[in-house]
Amino acid sequence: MTKSQLIEALAKAEGITLKAAETAVNVTFQSMEDALIRNDRLEIRGFGSFKVKKYDGYKGRNPKTGELIEVDSKKLPFFKVGKELKERVNGDSPEGEEE
Amino acid sequence: MTLTKAHIVENLFAKNIFTKTESAEIIETLFEIVKQTLEEGEDVLISGFGKFSVKEKNQRRGRNPQTGDPIMLSPRKVVTFKCSGVLRERINEGK
Repeated sequence: MTKSQLIEALAKAEGITLKAAETAVNVTFQSMEDALIRNDRLEIRGFGSFKVKKYDGYKGRNPKTGELIEVDSKKLPFFKVGKELKERVNGDSPEGEEE
Repeated sequence: MTLTKAHIVENLFAKNIFTKTESAEIIETLFEIVKQTLEEGEDVLISGFGKFSVKEKNQRRGRNPQTGDPIMLSPRKVVTFKCSGVLRERINEGK
């Protein structure tokens, strides 16, 4: 599913225009992006949480050529799946009905 | 500070398109659609943000980290997130 498909699905589910759904999707991911850029934590109940992790720089080697290279320190967002989503992808519905 | 769904609802409400109640319902539905899609095993790709994928993990032997006892871990599915290049650059700009 792409962003535009998500917009279409949201418009249909909520009975709102595509433009309104697009605003909702953009606001959502823009808010999440801004939080990560500020290095804030981000937690969506039932979905998951994000946190920016810092990785130190190190000296490594190019595995192909064996050449010594300097790997810079970097920051990357780390996603931890929420309990509900984790259970749902594994088919453990809390209600236990469907199979 | 931690960003939560309540903040996203506020940001949507601030666009003056929906009431507070509608904004909350729309954000709830949005994440429900993403969860439903992942539950069906389909990836969700948000350009400029990143990609959520479901990966299948085989059964493997593991150990109870507390007691060291060997245990069999059942096959399972995990959700992974890969940050987009654009977002990665923006996170690292002010490093």
